[in-house]
Amino acid sequence: MTLKTTPLNAAHRAMGAKMVDFGGWDMPVNYGSQIDEHHQVRNDVGMFDVCHMRVVDAKGEGVRAFLRYLLANNADKITIPGKALYSAMLRPEGGVIDDLIIYFMTEQWFRIVVNAGTADKDIAWMKEQAAVHAPNLTITSRDDLAMVAIQGPNARAKVWQVLPQTKAATENLVNFQAADCGEYFIARTGYTGEDGFEVMLPKEKVEAFWYDLNNAGVKPIGLGARDTLRLEAGMNLYGQDMDETVGPLESGLAWTVDLKSERDFIGKAALLANPPSKKLVGLLLLDRGVLRGHQKVVTPHGDGEITSGTFSPTLEKSIALARVPKDVQTGDTVQVVIRDKMLAAQVVKYPFARNGKGLI
Amino acid sequence: MSNPTDLKYTASHEWVKEEADGSITIGITDHAQELLGDMVFVEAPAAGRKLNAGEECAVVESVKAAADVYAPVAGEVTAANADLDNAPEAINNEPYAAWIFKMKPDNAADVAALMDAAAYQAHVDSEAH
Repeated sequence: MTLKTTPLNAAHRAMGAKMVDFGGWDMPVNYGSQIDEHHQVRNDVGMFDVCHMRVVDAKGEGVRAFLRYLLANNADKITIPGKALYSAMLRPEGGVIDDLIIYFMTEQWFRIVVNAGTADKDIAWMKEQAAVHAPNLTITSRDDLAMVAIQGPNARAKVWQVLPQTKAATENLVNFQAADCGEYFIARTGYTGEDGFEVMLPKEKVEAFWYDLNNAGVKPIGLGARDTLRLEAGMNLYGQDMDETVGPLESGLAWTVDLKSERDFIGKAALLANPPSKKLVGLLLLDRGVLRGHQKVVTPHGDGEITSGTFSPTLEKSIALARVPKDVQTGDTVQVVIRDKMLAAQVVKYPFARNGKGLI
Repeated sequence: MSNPTDLKYTASHEWVKEEADGSITIGITDHAQELLGDMVFVEAPAAGRKLNAGEECAVVESVKAAADVYAPVAGEVTAANADLDNAPEAINNEPYAAWIFKMKPDNAADVAALMDAAAYQAHVDSEAH
């Protein structure tokens, strides 16, 4: 099978990336030391190729009402132009089809950013639902757009250095807000727990943008550090921490699901009918070793499983997200089965680290 | 980094150094550490443990993944490198100095039969295709 490539593929190779097959995409896992790249983002600034993620535009009269029904989070929460909302999109049975971000631009235009591996499935589902509930809407996959994330305490300053014409429109953006600057759509969002921007731009311009950022001192960061950064920041990874077989309430996403209002949405009835028996918690390994996905977690309330685990470069300890019985409490000590041993881990509140600092 | 010519090698990417007293010292190759990336944890076998050739006996974990280390020949573990407990990154920095454990082989001939540097390089090249 031929791997899919982003418009930055040649740039990655020129910058010394080690490339890997990431869900069918030929992507950089690191350009040297993954740990150095991690600290680079926490302490300064780094850039990520996220061209594999998909931008979708939903346009037409009634787009807000449609999203209000399509998504578990309430599109009515975003009323200021450019404001973003994180949400799960659910099956009628309550499983998570994908997690995504929607941006309110006008009452006729919401922009949606979805995961790479789920993009085709997501768009098919959106179109299927729109055909029934909002036949006048157009749902367009923006395959003409590329996306780069610039993250870290100095990220915004570097973007303004490279794209000075966008500064006026973006310097007053609050967290989770975007501005449409013509060719550049600039959002103060990310997947690292640091400040920064995600920039969407025409595909044919992204390689020049990438090199301009690099010339301004922004180092490229691979998917390896992207994973340790997001896990420290307590952000879920679709396909690992949740998927169609589990609901958002068992995936640490209760804060994004509105079950109190009158609003109906796809999956709501299933969530109300099936209260969760498990929940997602943070784990900090007390013994020596490394927590990894799929390791068994033994608790007095029954067994659970690690969904994502790694070594945290910020804490210099191993951390994980784990799905465990709901009666497990913060502060409890549990056992994780690693190879033939039972190692002690503490249940902790996450995020583990954000904004340059460890929080545990 | 080229593979030192005074060492022996295994297909599972361990290097083996023959010591003057007939014991051997074992680590993982530059190629192996390069594939794994930043090392964060090493679990070496306890001294006194008897190993069969090819037996899983140590674990090296990078941020990315865990990998088993195999006994290159049959024998008994005589020492483990405790320095790696607090500095596993030594494997990345100096793969041919950062040894993981030492063994006393049952048969010296088993060690002599391991790959030399050229044969190991050919093996690495063949795996890349």
